[in-house]
Amino acid sequence: MSDVRVAGTGLTPFGNSPERTGRDLFAEASITAFEASGVPRDDVEAVLYGNFMGELSEHQGHQGPLMAEAAGVQAPATRYESACASSGTAVREAVKRIRNGENDVLLVGGAERMTNLGTAGATEALAIAADDLWEVRAGVTFPGAYALMAQAYFDRFGGEHEDLAHIAVKNHANALTNEKAQYQSAIEVSDVLEAPPVSEPLGLYDACPISDGAAALVLTSESYAKEHDLEAPVAITGTGQGGDRMALHDREHLARSPAAREAGEEAYADAGVDAGDVDLAEVHDCFTIAEVLALEALDLEPIGEGISAARDGRTTADGETPINLSGGLKAKGHPVGATGASQIAEVTDLLAGEHPNSEHVDGATTGVAHNAGGTVASATVHVLEVTDR
Amino acid sequence: MSDAESVADAGFDEWLDAAEDGKAYALECANGHGSLPPRRVCPDCGSTDLEEVALPETGAVQTFTITHVPTPAFEEDAPYATAIADFGSVGITGQVIGVEPGDVETGMTVELEITVSETTGERVIGFQPV
Ligand SMILES: [Zn+2]
Repeated sequence: MSDVRVAGTGLTPFGNSPERTGRDLFAEASITAFEASGVPRDDVEAVLYGNFMGELSEHQGHQGPLMAEAAGVQAPATRYESACASSGTAVREAVKRIRNGENDVLLVGGAERMTNLGTAGATEALAIAADDLWEVRAGVTFPGAYALMAQAYFDRFGGEHEDLAHIAVKNHANALTNEKAQYQSAIEVSDVLEAPPVSEPLGLYDACPISDGAAALVLTSESYAKEHDLEAPVAITGTGQGGDRMALHDREHLARSPAAREAGEEAYADAGVDAGDVDLAEVHDCFTIAEVLALEALDLEPIGEGISAARDGRTTADGETPINLSGGLKAKGHPVGATGASQIAEVTDLLAGEHPNSEHVDGATTGVAHNAGGTVASATVHVLEVTDR
Repeated sequence: MSDAESVADAGFDEWLDAAEDGKAYALECANGHGSLPPRRVCPDCGSTDLEEVALPETGAVQTFTITHVPTPAFEEDAPYATAIADFGSVGITGQVIGVEPGDVETGMTVELEITVSETTGERVIGFQPV
């Protein structure tokens, strides 16, 4: 089985650019990724592309071929949709194809255009990741669904809003050096606690922003990387995916993410590592509580203890296991279809020593990317390792 | 969305009708796995033999939130409390009505009561504390 090398990564700035089309964003990310990889576009055998709300935000379905064209690639192209885990699932499919020998070179990524919808429109578009009949029609929003989980977590395990605030503060601090991040501004715990409520107990500073942006990755087989003498020291060595019931009220756990646990266990086993080997992770912190649930699902924190990880410094940049050194979805931004691929790009750059925050993880060899869809009815986890230097 | 609103959602709209008549039900397989319609297969065991069983009179709030930033369909309703309540073999998501949102608590006993959105006039599943 071939290792899957990350030959090049490309990200647009994440943020507020309502005038930019999805095709413009993905073109930019792919240009950066191709330049970084040294791989010619002609060698790309397929494009795997993640996107969630294109029909609503751009009146554009069938985005696969459109985005291949935008990237200057003539190859079969498919769009992957799993809500906010759309490009995580695209990466997973790419890894499987390269491993089974079907392909040697793939362009993988995603993009989302969101800010042109406005806050109410984007809230409505994001809400369709929930069950339309039984959740959306009862008034459940995306923040509302996570708030239901946050309240359940507090009731079951303890903790309070102030604990969550430390997660937001940490992720903003990490984004200060990330020039692609939507927010490069420090915040204080008091800012989080005093922010307007969105869906109690969560407020404005517990939530990731609405963002436009794209991410692209050039992935190759190990043999292609060697043959072409590519500088590609980081490999995706483990992949996993988990699923859960669509509606929160149908789940066994309201304060845990079994789909992410399933995905994590599969990815760890696939890579032959365990949680103790993980030096850093990018986890899906669309809301502060989501980071807590992710840490516990990935076994990076015991169940019921993830709530204190940021407050007690275990997950800060200089902690034992830095989490979301990119700034996370919270401060980097969350253009949903781009997010999963962007996390793989950040982990790759961190491990390769090419990230502004690499200094905090000097000598790190193992990173994890966790991408969640909806209220974690879908989850993908990938393990990345430095294979040679 | 407006075109679709005139068309009934098979299973769901009938359930709302029944709930309005005080005859809300769950679907159950022979193994006692409960679920909500529309559904042809038990998601727990794959049984295709599902029977309608009456919901208990009251449920218990498992978790809740107070939403201040709604979708456009609930613009006039905000802030409102949404809860997940357990009714026997099923969980249901609904809006807690008849009390101030700030008075909602986990463990609260509630009855189903179909209400309407102040914004759209569409029917909404409601929970009335008892
Ligand atoms: Zn069953």
